[in-house]
Amino acid sequence: MTEKIRKSVSTPAESPVENIEDLAVAKNAHAENIKADLDHLLDEIDSILETNAEDFVNSYVQKGGE
Amino acid sequence: MQDFSRRIYGLENEYGIMCTLKGQRRLSPDEVARYLFRKVVTWGRSSNVFLPNGSRLYLDVGSHPEYATAECDSLFDVVAQDKAGEYILNDLRIAAEERLADEGIRGEIHIYKNNTDSAGNSYGCHENYLTSRTDDQTRLSDVVIPFLITRQIFCGAGKLLMTAKGPLFTIAQRAEHIWETASSATTRSRPIINTRDEPHADAEHFRRLHVIVGDSNMSQYATFLKVGSMACVLRMFENPEVDFRDLTLESPVRAIREISHDITCKKKVKLKNGKEMSALDIQRIYLDKALAYSENFGFNDEETRALQMWEHCVSTIESDPLKLETEVDWVAKYHLMVRYSEKHQISLGDPRCHLIDLQYHDIDPARGIYYRLQEKQLMKTLCSDDDITAATKSAPTTTRAHLRSQFIVAAQAKKRDYTVDWVHLKLNDQSQRTVLCKNPFKNIDDRVQKLIDSL
Repeated sequence: MTEKIRKSVSTPAESPVENIEDLAVAKNAHAENIKADLDHLLDEIDSILETNAEDFVNSYVQKGGE
Repeated sequence: MQDFSRRIYGLENEYGIMCTLKGQRRLSPDEVARYLFRKVVTWGRSSNVFLPNGSRLYLDVGSHPEYATAECDSLFDVVAQDKAGEYILNDLRIAAEERLADEGIRGEIHIYKNNTDSAGNSYGCHENYLTSRTDDQTRLSDVVIPFLITRQIFCGAGKLLMTAKGPLFTIAQRAEHIWETASSATTRSRPIINTRDEPHADAEHFRRLHVIVGDSNMSQYATFLKVGSMACVLRMFENPEVDFRDLTLESPVRAIREISHDITCKKKVKLKNGKEMSALDIQRIYLDKALAYSENFGFNDEETRALQMWEHCVSTIESDPLKLETEVDWVAKYHLMVRYSEKHQISLGDPRCHLIDLQYHDIDPARGIYYRLQEKQLMKTLCSDDDITAATKSAPTTTRAHLRSQFIVAAQAKKRDYTVDWVHLKLNDQSQRTVLCKNPFKNIDDRVQKLIDSL
């Protein structure tokens, strides 16, 4: 079996860091980034959410599966 | 004969479908399914086909499109092939919407990779693990069921439940829909393990462990970990030198709901021996066993990767489960829903929160909330967009799926009439030549090559 080479997408927290203190700083910066990105998403979310939420959700009826 | 340094895995997902116009239902699920599958029927003359990537795509009970990945022997392939299913269904959605427009029907089609609708119906995500015929099935159930009940703390997809006491954010979509531990039933009374004996392989040597308790995951990380952690548990089970503690739960069905209802992951459930343990305690016991096993016997490279992810999740949950927002679906969804409700000063019971619960699973990358999170690198990924796009067209090359894929591609190119299933490749000509492929590990076969050369 040939060895597969895969790239994994690294997040900022997984970037190489020199020591524990840097790691803590990186982690805090990472947490701040996540918070900022989530804030952006929350600003955008109303533009992608379906209108008429109640009717939409109630319309979502399937038959049981398996 | 058996080579369990590798293992065959597969995932099956049933998808939910809807067609709406301005929030109102436009077509029934049966009608939506017909539009979605028109392209499939044109290609394969049936609504039950095997695709060039080795997967099976068909309409299941209740008009759910079901996509079953090809046989994979790599956890990365499982993730790529599973995500490829989302891409393939999204292409069908686009074609179906064009068709609707051509016929003058206004409406949008939505496809959800989740496990519940608004009326309490459920549809599944099933996992398959190739195991040995000689395994003691009772012992296997005893070992894996406490693991499967508690792993939702990192594999759950999250679900907003309406209860008598008001809205409750729960960990697992499937927790409310499981009624037994192990049985051959599926729709009537869903078990954790389905015991129907269909190995899709040489029954003298193999069994197929069919786990139906899991949630459909959007998170690639959760998919890898779900299958990979189970692979580690099976590896330990198969080693006769490993003994497992008896962690049998007093009432597995009650425990799965109690655990799902507790986002701290730390409330205790009752064991049959009278002790009490939390889902986290139980996962810690399995994880520590796996860490020791790794020292003493060793796992293969991908299992080792899964073990590291498993350790990361359990350790993080021990300090704060809500820190797993880039790995775990339920945590990502929870943060989004809570932050949204705070921003708009609405309760979790507001229809917009239920909409977020649903739309997280929309497979359209423009509308799906999971895909928006991924785009902002707020979800960890293991396969690139290129990997997944490639997996929509190509089967894993290291398993039997490779043979099926080559045969389908060749027969389609030569416009020959053929029939395939998991184990058979057949040409529907005068001589009705059929090749039986009983070994799912075998990716090269002279008989198949001969059949292809004869086309």
